[in-house]
Amino acid sequence: MHGNKDHQADQIRAISGAEDRKCMKCGKCSASCPSYDVMDVRPHQFVSYLRGGDIDAMLNAQSIWKCVSCFACVERCPQDVKPAQIIEAARLMVIRQQGENYLSPDDVPELLDPELPQQLLASAFRKYAK
Amino acid sequence: MVYSYYPGCTLKTKAKVLDKNARLCAEVLGFTLEEVEEWQCCGAVYPMGADEIATKLPAVRALHAASEKEQGIVTLCSACHHVLKRVNEDMCQNKDLQTTVNNYLAQEETPYTYHGETTVLHYLEILRDQIGFDNLAAKVKNPLTGRKIGAYYGCMLLRPSSVMQFDDPENPTILEDFIKAIGAEPVVYPYRNECCGGYISLKEKALAEEMSQKIADNALSKGAEVLITACPLCLYNMKKPDGETLPTVYFTELLAEALGLKEE
Repeated sequence: MHGNKDHQADQIRAISGAEDRKCMKCGKCSASCPSYDVMDVRPHQFVSYLRGGDIDAMLNAQSIWKCVSCFACVERCPQDVKPAQIIEAARLMVIRQQGENYLSPDDVPELLDPELPQQLLASAFRKYAK
Repeated sequence: MVYSYYPGCTLKTKAKVLDKNARLCAEVLGFTLEEVEEWQCCGAVYPMGADEIATKLPAVRALHAASEKEQGIVTLCSACHHVLKRVNEDMCQNKDLQTTVNNYLAQEETPYTYHGETTVLHYLEILRDQIGFDNLAAKVKNPLTGRKIGAYYGCMLLRPSSVMQFDDPENPTILEDFIKAIGAEPVVYPYRNECCGGYISLKEKALAEEMSQKIADNALSKGAEVLITACPLCLYNMKKPDGETLPTVYFTELLAEALGLKEE
């Protein structure tokens, strides 16, 4: 459904602007990640999978819904690989497909509470839906 | 000094207290916030995809409105600040994006172009760099003596530091210096620049609560009695774990209190 592997890897590189080939596998990205414990695919693995062309592993990862975009991995990467941008590109590849949104307006009423800031809805829709 | 002011969606609704106190204090401190007309929601998260165009336009429109008045643009919400600052950087650096965005802008009712001319400032940066914390301290009428306050920075003001250029991303001091200026005692705790969970608290409530609990526990262990933040989403998430033991308030609330402007 996503076209051929090399093309997909190049698409992810183009969307993310990330530089997986500069990775020296130090693991600082995953060590910095606040969602590490609940990720099936960890930040350093996204970098490795992109480098190895294992695109399905990235697009099927539940981690794309667990990354909080806190940019800790981006800040602390000594090689400026920008792992969060690879995860964002994988998320975009998924939600840009018809019917693959992770959040629908119909889900919202039961998620609301009186204190919930508008900013939360705006940001969640930007991250989870197209 | 007059600045263009971009309040953002939440400062008009759930975070009115952040907005109102900021405006009141600005006048006392000698600067004016002039709200951008017909601003649109910035989207609350920076669109990281290099091919994302439409999602960057609301920020560009606000940035352009400020450039027309030859004013810097000021934000309070950390998320708005993050989006405006990064989109502006893109409009300076990325020539392809510039071309595509300006093709859109050519279709607006009054066509215009934008190339990243505007300076994007956070309110705290005005306090530090324009007013100066010493001058702020001199205007304090009710010093918050003896109050132990933890600065909660979160992510979006600090990272990525190459673009945000707000403070040292691992050892920031701007909020601690602010706390000292209003006469209180800053409580430094290691997790002050960790993430509260951000937007994930909509669908992953347990995960977000775990993250904010870690931050709250850390701040409490160092003796904080209250946390301050600039971000409505941080405030919402930080209230979840144990809001009674460790309340979180906006920095402008304490600023107004210190300047003798607090409204009940």
